[in-house]
Amino acid sequence: MIDTLQQLGAWALQRLERLGRSHLFILRVVVGLPELLARPGLVVQQIFAIGVLSLPIILVAGLFVGMVLALQLYNTMVNFGAEQSLGPVVALSLVRELGPVVTALLFAGRAGSALAAEIGLMKATEQLSSMEMMAVDPLRRIIAPRLAGGILAMPLLAAMFSAIGISGGFVVATGLLGVDSNAYWSQMQANVDLFDDVINGVIKSVVFGMVVTWIAVFEGFDAIPTSEGVARATTRTVVNSSLAVLGLDFILTALMFGDNG
Amino acid sequence: MRRTKTLEIWVGLFVAMGFAALLMLAMRVSNITSYIDNEGYEISAAFENIGGLTVRAPVRVAGVRIGRVSDIRFDEDTFQAIVTMHIEAQYDRLPLDTSASILTDGLLGENYVGLEPGGEEEYLKDGDRIEITQSALVLEKLIGQFLFSRSQGSDK
Repeated sequence: MIDTLQQLGAWALQRLERLGRSHLFILRVVVGLPELLARPGLVVQQIFAIGVLSLPIILVAGLFVGMVLALQLYNTMVNFGAEQSLGPVVALSLVRELGPVVTALLFAGRAGSALAAEIGLMKATEQLSSMEMMAVDPLRRIIAPRLAGGILAMPLLAAMFSAIGISGGFVVATGLLGVDSNAYWSQMQANVDLFDDVINGVIKSVVFGMVVTWIAVFEGFDAIPTSEGVARATTRTVVNSSLAVLGLDFILTALMFGDNG
Repeated sequence: MRRTKTLEIWVGLFVAMGFAALLMLAMRVSNITSYIDNEGYEISAAFENIGGLTVRAPVRVAGVRIGRVSDIRFDEDTFQAIVTMHIEAQYDRLPLDTSASILTDGLLGENYVGLEPGGEEEYLKDGDRIEITQSALVLEKLIGQFLFSRSQGSDK
């Protein structure tokens, strides 16, 4: 009985300690962020690795999500004679929810796992400790550019996801289902608000970008320096950041859209 | 060196595409036009009942959108709702005796203010009040009236 209790306590303390470590870690990285202004090349490299290389999957996923959304919603809405509202419904669900969330989930799978594996391997092959020996702070040289790249790339990816999704919905709605093309856009403009919807969506995606990259770099940095440890860190990155994104999304949605719906 | 150049081109392309997408979301998808357009003028109208009218609902003449509802207040002296409407600058020739009514876009659509131009020679200016108004049709009241007249008719 006491043993179980002790195990539970040890487990909880371990978790708490890890959480605290990750916060101290991110704090030290964030303090190092301004120095990157002097070396933008490092960030550009990371935007390439994180953003540009994630582009194909984001664009294809966005296109198909938009098209499926239009197809499915049309079948229900046509029963109420409300197919004119297809545009705003597709646009709102993409801009507010699906754009940031699905992009963040794909981002965690595509970029987050790569980040964790890369940093974990750097640690396993002792590149990080040799950097420290040369008086180069790996947090500033390795971690900070990646965090900055993630925060910058994620909102742009989410915007592209939403934009291509809405265009895909447009193609299906007007080409396949016969919705009036002017109604699609004008109803959308009448119902989508720049600040309430579009800007809030961008804020969401910035937060998700920060959280996913944070989890990825911390898991990599904190990995046990063996091949098994790196594998576990990669898995944990994808699982934890997906859960964090979904949980945070609920909180952010409640804060942003909760009061007036 | 050559590698960094292609890499930078790709990143440049990526950033440009991202901003293009954001711009499309702002210009094409959202209602940014209604924020930019601050020219125009405000007119108001008092209604007995505005039903489900909300701020930013469209104002239409002959089905064409010419402005939007900018403010809704309740006047405690007359017990009426004061609806302020922002009309775009290009539509500056609404006759003084224009009437306003609150209509619904289809059976399930949103409420909007429909303006019906009159025959007056003079035009509405900034700050003018539309005198002739018709309240929103509240479905429950209509059903109530219908049932009431039915029961009255069956008594006879």
